[in-house]
Amino acid sequence: MFKATVIVKRRPTILDPQGKAVEQGARLLGFNNVRNTRIGKYIEFFVDTNNRADAEKEVNEYCTKLLANPVIEDFEYNLEEVSDD
Amino acid sequence: MIKFGVVVFPGSNCDYDSYYSVKKILGYDAEFIWHKENEIKNSDVIILPGGFTYGDYLRAGAIAKFSPVMEKVVDFAEHGGTVIGICNGFQILLEAGLLPGAMLKNESLKFICKDVYVKISSRENIFTNKISKNVLKLPIAHGEGNYFAPEDVLNKLEENSQIVFQYSSPEGEVSKKFNPNGSLKNIAGIINKRGNVLGMMPHPERACNPLLGKTDGALIFKSIVENLLN
Repeated sequence: MFKATVIVKRRPTILDPQGKAVEQGARLLGFNNVRNTRIGKYIEFFVDTNNRADAEKEVNEYCTKLLANPVIEDFEYNLEEVSDD
Repeated sequence: MIKFGVVVFPGSNCDYDSYYSVKKILGYDAEFIWHKENEIKNSDVIILPGGFTYGDYLRAGAIAKFSPVMEKVVDFAEHGGTVIGICNGFQILLEAGLLPGAMLKNESLKFICKDVYVKISSRENIFTNKISKNVLKLPIAHGEGNYFAPEDVLNKLEENSQIVFQYSSPEGEVSKKFNPNGSLKNIAGIINKRGNVLGMMPHPERACNPLLGKTDGALIFKSIVENLLN
């Protein structure tokens, strides 16, 4: 069994209105050194196989077809082997 | 008689408005299609209505594209069938790859609900070629209508006259001042290259009944029907 952790990020060239708004909050709180706040998604799940190559293939497809939109987002993931129980 | 199939996803909320407008106001045939169905019931036109399918979880329209009926809708579109996606329906068409690009949150981060004007920027398609007006008054209601596509895709859309509606002044001036959500090139609606699939953020189905004060939306449905009957 593998535990997958996926991070989906908006491409650097694409405007992130949420990040911009949150950074306005940072200014109000007095965090004057905060720059370029960008908001992405963190997703975790388990992959029920003991074969790392199979797990990678599945995670990759899951990310490409559903978790990330390739037009505006990039993704990266980490796979960690964990015990079955 | 031309038949409209209105797809109902969990979270659709403009499905009945669409059905009511095309059937009760405009007098065409219409039928609901539950998203789990495996057929489109001999529809001549498919409407993907507005709403918040699957709660807009992950991204607007991202999960609806895997509903069983969508396979049939994609097949229908690929064989030249007429499909119109409105608001969340537009987002589903983008996610399903039937139209290019993606939606971002509105630049203002606000959910915008108001009447806007859109200029008809292309008439080389069945959705607008029978409309004599140059500018339509239609309502918008969305939080994610900020259209994005890479530059090469935008250029192709322009070259092929695929940009059908652009946010404008009542006189048809397209400029930043009249852009409610930050969408690139003021895009409010686009078609695919073949010209049989339209995605638009404004709600034509909410502008059909004279009793409600606006009727420009009806012109789009009438244009489709006139073309299909010829």
